[in-house]
Amino acid sequence: MRALLTGLFMALLSLPLRAEDVTAFTLKNGLQVVVIEDHRAPVVTQMIWYRAGSADEKAGKSGIAHFLEHLMFKGTDKLASGEFSETVERQGGDDNAFTSWDYTAYFQRVAADRLDQMMMMEANRMTGLQLLEEEVLTERQVILEERSQRIDSDPGAVLQEQVRAALFQNHRYGIPIIGWRHEMEGLSQADALDWYKLHYAPNNATLVIAGDVTPDQVKALAEQYYGPLEPNPAIPARVRVKEPPQMAERRLTLSDSRISEQSLTRQYLVPARKSGDQKQAAALLYLAELLGGNPTTSILARDMQFGAQPKAIWTSAWYGGTEMDYGTFGVALYPAPGVELAVVEARLDALLADIAEKGVDPEAFERIKTQLRAGEIFARDNSDGLARMYGEALTIGLTLEDIKVWPQVLQEVTPADVQAAALLLDRKQSVTAMALPEENAE
Amino acid sequence: MMLRVFAALMLLALPLRAEIAIQDVTSPSGIKAWLVEDHTNPFMSLEIRFRGGTSLDDPAKRGAVNLMTGLIEEGAGDLDAQGFANARDGLAASLEFRPYGDAIGVSMRALTENRDQVVDLLNLALTQPRFDQDAVDRVRGQVLTGLAADAKDPGTIAAHRFDADAFGSHPYATSGDGTVESVNALTRDDVVAAWKAALAQDRVYVAAVGDISPEELGALIDKVLAGLPATGAPLPARAEYALKGGVTVVDYPSPQSVIQFGHQGIRRDDPDFFAAYLLNEILGGGRFGSRLMTEVREKRGLTYGVGTALVPLDHAELYLGSLSTENSKVGQVIDLLRSEWARLAKDGVTEAELADAKTYLTGSYPLRFDSNAAIANILVGMQMEDLPIDYASTRNAKIEAVTLADMARVAARILHPDDLHFVVVGQPEGLN
Repeated sequence: MRALLTGLFMALLSLPLRAEDVTAFTLKNGLQVVVIEDHRAPVVTQMIWYRAGSADEKAGKSGIAHFLEHLMFKGTDKLASGEFSETVERQGGDDNAFTSWDYTAYFQRVAADRLDQMMMMEANRMTGLQLLEEEVLTERQVILEERSQRIDSDPGAVLQEQVRAALFQNHRYGIPIIGWRHEMEGLSQADALDWYKLHYAPNNATLVIAGDVTPDQVKALAEQYYGPLEPNPAIPARVRVKEPPQMAERRLTLSDSRISEQSLTRQYLVPARKSGDQKQAAALLYLAELLGGNPTTSILARDMQFGAQPKAIWTSAWYGGTEMDYGTFGVALYPAPGVELAVVEARLDALLADIAEKGVDPEAFERIKTQLRAGEIFARDNSDGLARMYGEALTIGLTLEDIKVWPQVLQEVTPADVQAAALLLDRKQSVTAMALPEENAE
Repeated sequence: MMLRVFAALMLLALPLRAEIAIQDVTSPSGIKAWLVEDHTNPFMSLEIRFRGGTSLDDPAKRGAVNLMTGLIEEGAGDLDAQGFANARDGLAASLEFRPYGDAIGVSMRALTENRDQVVDLLNLALTQPRFDQDAVDRVRGQVLTGLAADAKDPGTIAAHRFDADAFGSHPYATSGDGTVESVNALTRDDVVAAWKAALAQDRVYVAAVGDISPEELGALIDKVLAGLPATGAPLPARAEYALKGGVTVVDYPSPQSVIQFGHQGIRRDDPDFFAAYLLNEILGGGRFGSRLMTEVREKRGLTYGVGTALVPLDHAELYLGSLSTENSKVGQVIDLLRSEWARLAKDGVTEAELADAKTYLTGSYPLRFDSNAAIANILVGMQMEDLPIDYASTRNAKIEAVTLADMARVAARILHPDDLHFVVVGQPEGLN
């Protein structure tokens, strides 16, 4: 990496893309290993990504993927309950975990010379988890409190949960990751262990090590600790259902005394990044940036937040495409006082129609392109972020090649591609949600 | 002008980034800065702090500094808001302006190849902001929307109520964002006055990390700050803490209550600060294994998370904590928090707890220094706290030096279970 950048005055466009030092290999038991070298600080991050997320759950067991994530910090055949985190902390490290629709991931960040012990413990809990009934029940209270705090106490979060439930008519992306409360209340020790045995195995995981390490070092340690683990031949294929043709747009309204100002959000069902074919996703990313990625210069901001009588206080748009099966494209509009939701919604639809018909401003397009290119340089400053990016992409079915070419795919997008992407935003495949203060409830 | 840039101190701060040291740089015009040179990636991060922040507000103009800070990037010189954003984005640069209670933070990230242009743009924003009336009204609208949301957010309600009851008429008693009334009444003249009061050379702190030499940084600092007034508004007086122990309930329709609790804390420059810091780490620091996480979450499942923190501000010191729990469990949780407070004040910590907390805090310290922006943030924070440039290399030794006897003495000194005040936002049950 350093050698490539010795000439500091190279023009931006001559900088190599995807210049981080990355090595990958697979152990005999099927564990995929990725090493990202960054020798600037004697620090290392270990991340293990399981190809098991909430969208892989069985009907009636929503929340089990996330519940197991919590329970993975309890005991194993070698570690007492809580000892995992205590050991990491005693080394001055930090550890945590997170669950999404498509994966569950665990990480520790420690001084580079402690990687040995981290690998030993992470390998141990891949197959050695032991759960006590009482601990499972107490932890179930914790995840119920988590749900109360993160979802039920926040009408905005409640509404977004409802939006996804309406957006996906058949796919489990519509079920909340944390689970529906009535199903969470019934999750048992047996449910947790069933899930664990079905999904936690070396041949269903990707190990990412980022920081002050060499591939040889990592290979030797991975062979030592993860190598002896038996693969599970019964790992289920990730067969996901498809959405039916969506024939009618859905509109939701939530009135709540805790909502302070009216707002409108819309989410569209759109394609995600696909292995070998990321062009549409790249164009959607540009579309989101141009439409509402900048609070001052985006199409929505210029049209609705400026001028003599601004229609909106705040606008934004985003694209989420790093998912296995479907992406989402979102827009949020906060109208100015006295402006009806219908007015800002009509403007949104007119602006989208305008992009589809006339295309986008070439100068604005070039600015996004430049920023995306520079973003690749800034990303190299954060090996943790790179570890996350690699782990997530590989776990949802993209390949190392897909990751490598992604910056290039982004640079090859044309304004015409963005114009075409606007046609993917079909209201029949969308949910529009209106949040209203209770006094304005219809 | 003669270039007067010194790289006087070259200290090996830590075994952090091998071969990298914190350099003390003085710009030709005499402004001090700390620099970590790192030419790995062709960009730099610059962090600037202006001491004072929203606490400089005239009480009748609460929210002026906040509104002004939001307007710095909304047009400067010949550029209107969109022209400024286009210029910044075309350079792939990042320029951020953030208001805090005791400071205004300015962050710049620039590629080496066009750094000079980014610096010019930042100087333009700081010294020639336009404060166009339409921009003032637009950002005011955004602030008001935020205030309306805050008024219905239980966590914010709890924090604001605690501050209001704790600090009387001091600026700390109210939100730096202002109130609906005060923000609605702010004029362009108020914004200009806040700008002159808050952004001045007599209160500036600078740190830089990345692809830049000390000489280049010295020149850069002078270019960024050229044209700012020499002096700004006087800093506010000390804030007197007025809260007594007890419970305040704010009715709020939710299945869960949000609780903010605390009492007075300890000054950052107090000789007992490190013992207090270790004490907090053991009681309610960020880790899973803290006493409060163990008692409230792990053993009883009463919350998703509970944390406490020492909050040494410029003009007051607090010791604060917060958590959420079901309404029916509020009485039980408050009793538990009080008893954990009392147990620690009376019995202190065990030798094993102290050893574990020391290993964690000393081991995790280097992990914070993990990107250009993170390091620049740490360095500018050290300067604001008046710490020496070799602090990073002596800090762990100060933690190691704390003894079990220190812990017992400081626990009795700073933990006052009877003084704990709880603000409960929700519909709690089980309160005495």
